[in-house]
Amino acid sequence: MRKKEIIAMVLAGGQGTRLKSLTKNNAKPAVPFGGKYRIIDFVLSNCANSSIDTVGVLTQYQPLILNAHIGIGMTWDLDRKFGGVRILPPYQHEAGGNWYKGTADAIYQNMNYIDYYNPEYVLVLSGDHIYKMDYNLMLDYHKEKNADCTIAVIEVPIEEASRFGIMNTHEDGRIYEFEEKPKKPKSNLASMGIYVFNWNRLKHFLKEDQKDPTSSNDFGKNVIPRMLKEGAKLYAYRFEGYWKDVGTVESYWEANMDLLKEDCQLDLYEGVNKIYAVDYSLPPQYIGPEAVVENSMIVDGCTIYGEVKNSIISRGVYIGKNAVVRDSVILQDVRIEDGATVIKSVVGNGARIREGVTVGNGKEIVLVPEKRDVKENIFEE
Amino acid sequence: MLRDYMGVILLNEDESNIRSLTLNRPLASIPIFGRYRVIDFVLSNMVNSGITNVGIFVERNSRSLVDHIGTGKPWDLNRKIDGLFIFNHTLKRLVEEDVNAFKYNMEYFFRSKKEKVVLSRSRMICNINLEEIAKEHERSGADVTIVYKKVNNDEMFLNCEVLNIDNGKVVGVGKNLGMGDTINVSMEIFFMSKEFLIQAIYKCMQDGICSSVMEYVSKHVRNHDVRAYEFKGYLGCINSVSSYYKVSMDFLNGDVMQELCSKNGNIYTKSYDSPPTKYLNGCSITNSIMASGSIVKGLVSNSIIGRRVIIEEGAEVIDSIVFSRCIIGKNVKLKNVIIDKNVIIEDDKVLIGDNKYPIVIEKGSRIHL
Repeated sequence: MRKKEIIAMVLAGGQGTRLKSLTKNNAKPAVPFGGKYRIIDFVLSNCANSSIDTVGVLTQYQPLILNAHIGIGMTWDLDRKFGGVRILPPYQHEAGGNWYKGTADAIYQNMNYIDYYNPEYVLVLSGDHIYKMDYNLMLDYHKEKNADCTIAVIEVPIEEASRFGIMNTHEDGRIYEFEEKPKKPKSNLASMGIYVFNWNRLKHFLKEDQKDPTSSNDFGKNVIPRMLKEGAKLYAYRFEGYWKDVGTVESYWEANMDLLKEDCQLDLYEGVNKIYAVDYSLPPQYIGPEAVVENSMIVDGCTIYGEVKNSIISRGVYIGKNAVVRDSVILQDVRIEDGATVIKSVVGNGARIREGVTVGNGKEIVLVPEKRDVKENIFEE
Repeated sequence: MLRDYMGVILLNEDESNIRSLTLNRPLASIPIFGRYRVIDFVLSNMVNSGITNVGIFVERNSRSLVDHIGTGKPWDLNRKIDGLFIFNHTLKRLVEEDVNAFKYNMEYFFRSKKEKVVLSRSRMICNINLEEIAKEHERSGADVTIVYKKVNNDEMFLNCEVLNIDNGKVVGVGKNLGMGDTINVSMEIFFMSKEFLIQAIYKCMQDGICSSVMEYVSKHVRNHDVRAYEFKGYLGCINSVSSYYKVSMDFLNGDVMQELCSKNGNIYTKSYDSPPTKYLNGCSITNSIMASGSIVKGLVSNSIIGRRVIIEEGAEVIDSIVFSRCIIGKNVKLKNVIIDKNVIIEDDKVLIGDNKYPIVIEKGSRIHL
């Protein structure tokens, strides 16, 4: 029987309520990012660049745009005969059906999918993180440690550690304790929500977890603690590099702004290990005769007549004469008319900022909902 | 939608005045407007008009073209039913001899269920709705309809074919020698039935008088009902280095760009997954077209910049065209220059061409002190 050594399961069902109107009609992994990407492009491109050719994407909340974006996976070379990308929504079966209750439940409900490929290892990923990573290195580490489960961790400043799931490890990297958002963190190794499991072992623990009616069927809350309790071998794999969970509008804006930093650790320009994005066949960008563009990223289909500084401009955006855009993230097909000003804002796709109108004052980030026709000044939400 | 048409693109084009850009590639795959190749326009026009069967008769030196077209995916031509057919001729130079190319591939025409043909070359740059012309062609009952545009006779159309039209009918096809104020330049787009094409090929073979189908039509305008259809949109011709430069500079006019890229549908091209273009502090960009993936620190004015170009601090790129993956060093000055792919211009170099006769720097060169 044909089999795969490793397959990836991408958790992409989260609602991302703290992203407010950005996720009103859209799942968090499908939120646009960095001008031409959607957040899930990073994880899917990482899979492609790590030669992982079988990827299940678990969807639940507002999946329309996400499904359309992923399609048959062509963008990431995931249109395969055996393997490829598969979108996995919750479904009805003989005994009824349920929404995915937690992250572990989502995997549990798709055991058939995983068994079909009969893999040695299952890589569980979050569809809403921004980073570049070679999963092969993590898999090598997992094999070397002969682990049941390996969890990628990243060092965070100790004062921020209480915002994360923290792994407490022995010197050799073996995890002895997992603490979710500890008040007094013992270490600064935060879980990145990236797990490599031996599929046989994971299957066992998922079944055990389902037997417990009090469990919320979540990896962090239930499955990992249970594995630790039962003496399974869990190791922490240290990752160095850029990694960001864009959970809130603030962190979303920050992560976009990170791309503009000269010393940005997330290198989109290295030529190998590209981040792949759907191509929309738009004309090249046009920068007009009186335009001023500085420290910004702009993509195909944009027309710029005004001033753009420290901003990310997505496809098909029009910025009129004497308009000023600073410290902002402008999503696709936004129209900023002549003389309008946008400062430190996130402008949702298809929005229109009318002539002379001002959005934002540089203090709090202003989020303009998608397709909003802005006729009056907005200084705060 | 042109469901009953097959598109046939002939790439035996005259490259004698554009040698420096066709050293490594056929004319059809010369990069243009930052992110496209010449052939993208004719291909996208066909696809946007509903043609799903396209045969491309390629000349030698086709690596770059085949690499660009691939399976036809960007044009939705990777299909089980119909789709893209590439006929490669490496043995013999095709120019003026497409009948030979057809002769060996007659099966392509016999196998297809389509009954009609649009025959075209790639060098005429336009965004054209072929459906309207097909309607007119069918309504008129003509054997052949040739698309033309009435233009002021400038150098761009030198050596192009011109139509002598009388009352909508073509009564003669000549060559533009630069005489006359306005001319009816043939856009080298022919509508005909498949049957007519097959018969024309046979006649060419048997009589030995004509060696190309387009020539056959030209020489037999009095024996057949050949009509002309006037196109009124923007037309550029990639005929020579100076016409290439002229068309590119025309594109910097917002209206021309709008029309060419989207009037009757988008122009599709191979995707390279380039990141957004990054503009750094201190850069200055005016009236320019930028493809994605570039990093710009210097000055760019009235220019077209391809993908993944690096323009260093203090560099000035003026009235120039830079193809993809070039590096323009610090304090370099460029004016009226066309820089082919993968060129490195080292720091402090100054290159200045003429606004009618720009300098071309060949692919892969390294310009140093």
